[in-house]
Amino acid sequence: MQIVAAAVLIILFLLAARRAKLVPGRGQNVAEMALDFVRVNIAEEILGHNARKYLPMLTTMFFAILAFNITGIIPFLNIAGTSKSSLPIVIALWTFLVYLSSGVKRFGVGGYLKNQLFPPGIPKFLYILITPIEMLQVFLFRPMTLALRLTANMVAGHLLLVLCFTATNFFLFHPSLGMKLLSPVGLTAGLAFTLFEILVAALQAYVFTLLSAVYISMAIEEEH
Amino acid sequence: MTLFTTTTTVLAAGGEEVSGLDLFIPPWYDIIGSAVVMAIIGFFFYKKILPTFMAILDERTAKIEGGLNKAEEAQAEADALLAEYKAQLSEARTEAGRIREDARSEAGDIVSDARSKAAADAERIVDTAKRQIEVERQTAAVSLRNDVGALATELASKIVGESLEDSARQSRVVDRFLDDLEASQVANAVKGK
Repeated sequence: MQIVAAAVLIILFLLAARRAKLVPGRGQNVAEMALDFVRVNIAEEILGHNARKYLPMLTTMFFAILAFNITGIIPFLNIAGTSKSSLPIVIALWTFLVYLSSGVKRFGVGGYLKNQLFPPGIPKFLYILITPIEMLQVFLFRPMTLALRLTANMVAGHLLLVLCFTATNFFLFHPSLGMKLLSPVGLTAGLAFTLFEILVAALQAYVFTLLSAVYISMAIEEEH
Repeated sequence: MTLFTTTTTVLAAGGEEVSGLDLFIPPWYDIIGSAVVMAIIGFFFYKKILPTFMAILDERTAKIEGGLNKAEEAQAEADALLAEYKAQLSEARTEAGRIREDARSEAGDIVSDARSKAAADAERIVDTAKRQIEVERQTAAVSLRNDVGALATELASKIVGESLEDSARQSRVVDRFLDDLEASQVANAVKGK
């Protein structure tokens, strides 16, 4: 399933890129709008002049997550690739490694740790409180929350859809007539949640990528 | 995929096979599979898709910038031309005004020149005429005097000639003259007595 989604994603963009011209056609326009969304609204907004370096990573992330999220509502696939925790964990680890290495490359190991764990402009005695929190933040919470948020969202969406369509089925074949009448309610709810899942799929891809950009920017900025 | 379908079925049914934290700790082979898939996607995005689109984006930016620059240049050129034309126009206007002014003053000069020349000519002509008249008058006077002399002489000779031819009349004239002279002497002497 992951292979299918990945193949579709790659083929779509390769098709758009293969016929890419200076004056864009329809397909190229759509592809450029999608790529520009990541470039302008995520990368350049958060990272500013550093955007170009991290753009491929953020773009890959966004479209991979979007593709694997959207499989949740495609018939016969019916399950989001990201509702299995392995993929979110892999991508979150990627973000984690990238922001650590960027920070270390920029400030050196000591400089980066000092910058992150002992943020400037705070009274000394507060470091007793701040430093453990920041340590947990940088090394544990950020990658974990990234992976967890995505997985949990997709699992919850999948459960809702399964629940709605199972209920439709259950009520439809129930012997009593009153129960049969409840079946369309389940179907309507299923339709609504399917549409909602499209939104969630795009939103979670956006949130994941945006937070990755924010974490990277926190690691490489002088002050945060 | 099969594994996950069963997991979901189990989840949906609320079973115990996969539950709690186990949902978030995937088996290793799953992580490796995901990593491979991500690597494949990443490879295409890094190597093919993004470079293509970024190149196109850059090219487009360059084109637009080039076009804008060109337009700006053309605008500047047009402005310069306009300014030049305006300068030339005003220059031509001043020159035309100057020429007109020159012509007017020249015309005035010419008129006054002609007037003074005419006046001088007239004076000269008058002078010449006066001198000529004078000369002619003198000539006339001289020739008149000569003529008068000649005429007088002729007349006198005529008169004298006639009287000399007639000696009797002459002797009479002389006699009478002498008589008159004598008589006037006698009268004077009587009166003197």
